[in-house]
Amino acid sequence: MNKTVNQKAWFLVLPVIVLVAFSAVIPLMTVVNYSVQDTFGNNQFFWAGLEWFDIMLHSERMWNALGRQLFFSCIILLIEVPLGIFIALNMPKSGFWSSFCLVLMSLPLLIPWNVVGTIWQVFARVDIGLLGYTLSAIGIEYNYTQEAFSAWATIVAMDVWHWTSLVALLAFAGLKSIPDAYYQAAKIDQASRWAIFRYIELPKMMGVLMIAILLRFMDSFMIYTEPFVVTGGGPGNSTTMLSIDLVNQGFNLGPKAAFSIMYYLVILLISYVFYTVMTNMDKKEGK
Amino acid sequence: MAKITLDNLAHSYYPNPKSEDDFALKELNHDWTDGEAYALLGSSGCGKSTLLNIISGLLHPSQGRILFDGKDVTNASTADRNIAQVFQFPVVYDTMTVRDNLAFPLKNRGADPKYIAERVQQIGQMIGMEAELGNRARGLTADAKQKISLGRGMVREDVNALLFDEPLTVIDPHMKWELRTQLKSLHHEFGHTMIYVTHDQTEALTFADKVVVMYDGRVVQIGTPQELFDKPQHTFVGYFIGSPGMNVIPAEIAGKVANVHGNSVKLGQAYGDLTGKVEIGIRPEFVTLTKGKGLPVEVRRVEDVGRHKLIRADLFGNEINIVAGEDQSISPDMTNVKFDLKRVNVYVNDWLKEGEAA
Repeated sequence: MNKTVNQKAWFLVLPVIVLVAFSAVIPLMTVVNYSVQDTFGNNQFFWAGLEWFDIMLHSERMWNALGRQLFFSCIILLIEVPLGIFIALNMPKSGFWSSFCLVLMSLPLLIPWNVVGTIWQVFARVDIGLLGYTLSAIGIEYNYTQEAFSAWATIVAMDVWHWTSLVALLAFAGLKSIPDAYYQAAKIDQASRWAIFRYIELPKMMGVLMIAILLRFMDSFMIYTEPFVVTGGGPGNSTTMLSIDLVNQGFNLGPKAAFSIMYYLVILLISYVFYTVMTNMDKKEGK
Repeated sequence: MAKITLDNLAHSYYPNPKSEDDFALKELNHDWTDGEAYALLGSSGCGKSTLLNIISGLLHPSQGRILFDGKDVTNASTADRNIAQVFQFPVVYDTMTVRDNLAFPLKNRGADPKYIAERVQQIGQMIGMEAELGNRARGLTADAKQKISLGRGMVREDVNALLFDEPLTVIDPHMKWELRTQLKSLHHEFGHTMIYVTHDQTEALTFADKVVVMYDGRVVQIGTPQELFDKPQHTFVGYFIGSPGMNVIPAEIAGKVANVHGNSVKLGQAYGDLTGKVEIGIRPEFVTLTKGKGLPVEVRRVEDVGRHKLIRADLFGNEINIVAGEDQSISPDMTNVKFDLKRVNVYVNDWLKEGEAA
């Protein structure tokens, strides 16, 4: 087949190029630009090479924040994914109560991040918050502004409250797509409840679960607003996540830019890994 | 293995069925003889699968009882009934190997591992997948998956009955023959009670000792293939079985003569007063095209279907099919049809009416 060559076709992709350039490429390049330069004010910049990267890579503070960040993402994934699956499995499959549950669970997803933060900030207060007051009243030592464990428990609980619904909704969609015949066959084969989950439900949910894990990982890895509103990163540095630490770098553009780029590369890398795993799963499906 | 008795059984998918129309399965009494192979034949949505799911316990009937060898199992679970069932669309456990798939029902029953290994090998051979036993079930073709489903259905030897719900729909035609033959030989070997749901008459007639024909939630006839062909109890059986099906022509009947639009047709038997919708039914095989004798028809087209010719004609506004021999020549002056009078059946409100022997 002869290919038609028509250079005018470039005009058709031009809008996309322009859009992506302004929304992503140019801002990103600005950051790259800052990351390799130093300034002493007056809008004068000097070439600094990879110096900022070197400094950031040797910054204990950055590594600590990264460690906290990874720990946070792992915890919430370990809680939200199994919990979401559990909720999806126990939800009514159809009828009024099914819709009711879906609406109820969607509610936290619709609340803006800073509002979620504020809700929990008040909710957890020891003097007037329902949660904080109750915990203290029954004799549990709880004070999220003073004590690191309480602070962590609060922001983890907040994230679980905010986002488990997303996992549950995706898992529910995966479950709904399983034809009845599978459950009937399992009954005929006398499979146990666990076997049904292990050999039918889990494999059939795998695709949507990967998406859920990817989304939850990305979002939690970039979390800023909620812990900032609730704990402000404290007490001390105990809940200072990567993005909070980034903002706290001060007004020096160089280290901030280097930090941002490394942050970006980590997310890119992890997304790529997820993408590869997911496409491989699709291939194995043998469509 | 067991005799399965259906006692006053009926099922409705509505919680409070009001009229008979609400029932997907209308009241039914029937014994499935131990060790016989039945085909459950009927068009889609006539209640075949409903009946099958009630027998296997996947569905609880709205009324009536099911008995296995005289023991009431209406409220027993699928597991307690010990029944194997194969579904229309393949169900395989994707993450397991073919071997584990076949072994699954045995493992769940806690069978001896040595026995499982032997039995799985045997079944693998039966379904022609011995070489693929170690492969993952994911990524196999639809008919390979269905063969696994069939294999899983057959792997338990002690089942009370084997139920098949249109199992060969997704299988290639040549493989269909092979698997059907396998099923038949399996039946001869082990003597399981088998119920085979299908809407394909060839499948039903080749597989079963007895064919149960269902129509609109009701069993309309149970009989051998020959009985279904010769004496359809209901006009539905007449035109569902046979290709093409029986011709059904409205008529008025007086004694031994049927009156079709002012033309009389002799019948083999005499009938008394008939009220309601009266029709005569005659299979295309017993209709002959003649020159000027019998009822006038207008031939629409002649199809050569290989072993015979099929003539589609118009009889007073009713379509009538005629089967003629392969070497019979059809000429334009053949404008009438004659019926083999012994083969004419009379139907009142769609049900067969037996006459008094004359």
